[in-house]
Amino acid sequence: MSNTSFLSVKNLSVDFKTRNGIVRALDKVSLEVAKGEVLGIVGESGSGKSVTAYTVMGLLDDAGYVSGGSAWFDGINLTKAKESSLRDLRGREISMIFQNPRAALNPIRPVGKQIEDVLLRHAQATRHNVRDKAIEMIDKVKILEPEHRYHSYPFELSGGMCQRVMIAIALACNPRLLIADEPTTGLDVTTQKATMDLIQELTRSRNMSVVLITHDLGMAAAYCDRIEVMQKGKVVETASVNTLFTNPQHSYTKKLIAASPGPDSKLENLTKSTLEKDETVTDEGVTADIRSSDSIAEKRPDVLMEVIDLVKIFPKRNKGSFKWPWQKTDSTINEFRAVDGISFTLNRGESLGLVGESGCGKSTTSSIITRLLDQTSGKIVFDGEDITQIPASHFSRLPQRKKIQMVFQDPNDSLNPRYTAHDVIADPLLHLMGMRKGKEMTEKIEQLAAMVGLPLHLLSRFPHQLSGGQKARVGIARAIAVDPMLLILDEPTSALDVSVQAVVLQLLNRLKNELGMSYLFVSHDLNVVHLLCERVMVMNKGRVVETGTAHEVLRNPQQDYTRKLIDAIPHFEPERMTKTNCKNIKLEVSQIA
Amino acid sequence: MKQFFRHFKYIMGENPVTVLSFSMFFIIIFFALFGSWIAPYDPYVTDAANTLSPPSWQHLFGTDNLGRDVFSRVIIATRLDLGIAVSAVAVSFLIGSILGCSAGFWGGWTDRIVGRLSDTIMAFPLFVLAMGIVSAMGNSVENIIYATIIINLPFYARVSRTEVSVQRNAGYVQAARLSGCSDTRILATQLFPNILPTMMVQVSLNMGWAIINAAGLSFIGLGVRAPEAEWGIMVAEGATYIVSGEWWMAFFPGVALMLAVFCFNLMGDGMRDLVDPQRRT
Repeated sequence: MSNTSFLSVKNLSVDFKTRNGIVRALDKVSLEVAKGEVLGIVGESGSGKSVTAYTVMGLLDDAGYVSGGSAWFDGINLTKAKESSLRDLRGREISMIFQNPRAALNPIRPVGKQIEDVLLRHAQATRHNVRDKAIEMIDKVKILEPEHRYHSYPFELSGGMCQRVMIAIALACNPRLLIADEPTTGLDVTTQKATMDLIQELTRSRNMSVVLITHDLGMAAAYCDRIEVMQKGKVVETASVNTLFTNPQHSYTKKLIAASPGPDSKLENLTKSTLEKDETVTDEGVTADIRSSDSIAEKRPDVLMEVIDLVKIFPKRNKGSFKWPWQKTDSTINEFRAVDGISFTLNRGESLGLVGESGCGKSTTSSIITRLLDQTSGKIVFDGEDITQIPASHFSRLPQRKKIQMVFQDPNDSLNPRYTAHDVIADPLLHLMGMRKGKEMTEKIEQLAAMVGLPLHLLSRFPHQLSGGQKARVGIARAIAVDPMLLILDEPTSALDVSVQAVVLQLLNRLKNELGMSYLFVSHDLNVVHLLCERVMVMNKGRVVETGTAHEVLRNPQQDYTRKLIDAIPHFEPERMTKTNCKNIKLEVSQIA
Repeated sequence: MKQFFRHFKYIMGENPVTVLSFSMFFIIIFFALFGSWIAPYDPYVTDAANTLSPPSWQHLFGTDNLGRDVFSRVIIATRLDLGIAVSAVAVSFLIGSILGCSAGFWGGWTDRIVGRLSDTIMAFPLFVLAMGIVSAMGNSVENIIYATIIINLPFYARVSRTEVSVQRNAGYVQAARLSGCSDTRILATQLFPNILPTMMVQVSLNMGWAIINAAGLSFIGLGVRAPEAEWGIMVAEGATYIVSGEWWMAFFPGVALMLAVFCFNLMGDGMRDLVDPQRRT
């Protein structure tokens, strides 16, 4: 073994036993991590990133087993080691931060106690000082009022705070290697930045090695020294950050880099180097310049929808003691203004982006517009008619239902697991178009499937037999089946891999041009929004803080909040990156010396 | 249909316990349907010359105090016991899941009424409640079924209520609203199929329970009456002869009862796997 690399994985292969025989999840994966190094493992879902991490930790599922190769940590063969010695290693020498902090924390134990557990398990503290040490850890991960938060349960903390607690648990015993498996999925961009900065700061100061698993190339570029790109269980490329982005060798790496949207990227460029023909949507519509359609919209402002002073108030749970009905409660305290008087217009054929962090009211707004939720006050004039007059519970069976459709955020959750793709698309046709089951409907469904690029033989499959991108296509086909005038896209690509996201965005743009729909694109990612939208609206705490053309808002934000949002998105612009990377190398050199 | 059989074969191949329970189930069904053809003797014909004879090749399970063939009686009784259990469980499954789904979906007052109703039923010792119902309404097969329906209702209502209230805000429910489905349609075509796997486990457990319940009622003299061939009565009749050494009269119907209940208890997992689309690949 070399003197610097203390985690070394050699030709590791992992197989899984499944119903359809043995599936190879990892195929001769090799990687080396040196002391104090941050290694990024980048790849799309199913590429074997997480399996690598779990194998190193000895946490493989029962169905999976190591079929070849080995993983060495500081002279110990991890693949052969006994469970008891692995247990000593975990947490003490190697720690892991999981994808979903809420799921990884025990919901019925105060977070302070959970930090104590690790400390006591590895004899890093005694009964007498363990409490102080735990509070010290909470303080170190920059949670305010650590004494108070020691007693908090996970549900009382925000997602970002939970992840901080996870970091505290992972780092409590000063491990030498930290594995972070997508540590920021599900967090807002600003929280993501704060969390990653914290991890970087804490691990740097302790000269800890980090393996950062992510699907986000921008993040890998910002925080890693070296990157391994994985595809289908194999490592296709290993290079330092600088070389990888300036001079990618493998075609898959090139494809990934091209598909990641940056502030300057254009929709048609996203899949330029795509090699897989079946996933590519070849069409002319994409090349139509976004700006030209913008100018058309300006010339004839044909208003499709006007939202006037929309307000939604949710009652807050009464946190105080039980009150009898005759005891008056102060209603003004017990309300939460999710949407606080927003107004905007949307023209025909226009797409408007709605951007903000979670909890800013963007989903509530879109639910009210789709009439799944009743507003508290305000008006929505849609196609010359005030649709807020109709209560949400009656809306589903009216002819207006056809005009507003929605594409949901999570393609897993929004498709009924017991319906085949065909049945899912048939549902709106049956109930809104009054179609009967038969030849006509089958033809219509096949036509829709062709429109969204879904191969016809997949129509008879159940959702769990489809990939993420295919599910997204089914969801889009269902939404456009009834020829809506307005399509609300609620983060339609957030659950998808970058290369699939690129294809879906192109598909959405083509459909818009072909069918002349208006889009309301709800997202937290400004880089994605500007690809598809002419205008952007930034929301914060239920109010609109900034409106403007997408280009303007992204290039020249007027408000502090918008600027903060844009700055938090990790980029990999070559010029900027080279600088930070040089700094990293310098740091490393000084540490080794 | 072809797909279903392939899936069925796979589920069977995966777990030997499921194979065992399903084959027992098919044997029970077979006896219930064709029992009168298989039974070697008429279960109601007495034979004064041949009372209380121990198991032999003529009479596999022996004969009872009136000389009737116990083997034939055990087989004939399958239809009655299974009939009571199946019809009672089917009706309480239907009513219970309608009540529970509505409670879980709409919440509010529907939820409160259904919830308190099932609490009230559960507050009684259920067998005693069934005894009360049957003795008040009169000894008959129908009344046993009604009693079994009532005491099984709360289980279905509770399970379906919980499942629906977890899933009612899922994305696919919202999507169905956008597709123009009314609430009732969403419940029936979108949500109900999704809670079916959990309900199936409950159904199979309840089947065994309903058989014991029917036999138990007959055992204590409520419900089915002699000379009808029924496992509970047969055990009751045989019980008095155990002391004098004629064990076979109570033993064989008892074993039949036990096997039937055992079979339904084992079937739960297999049934769930069978209706769960996630298991199809």
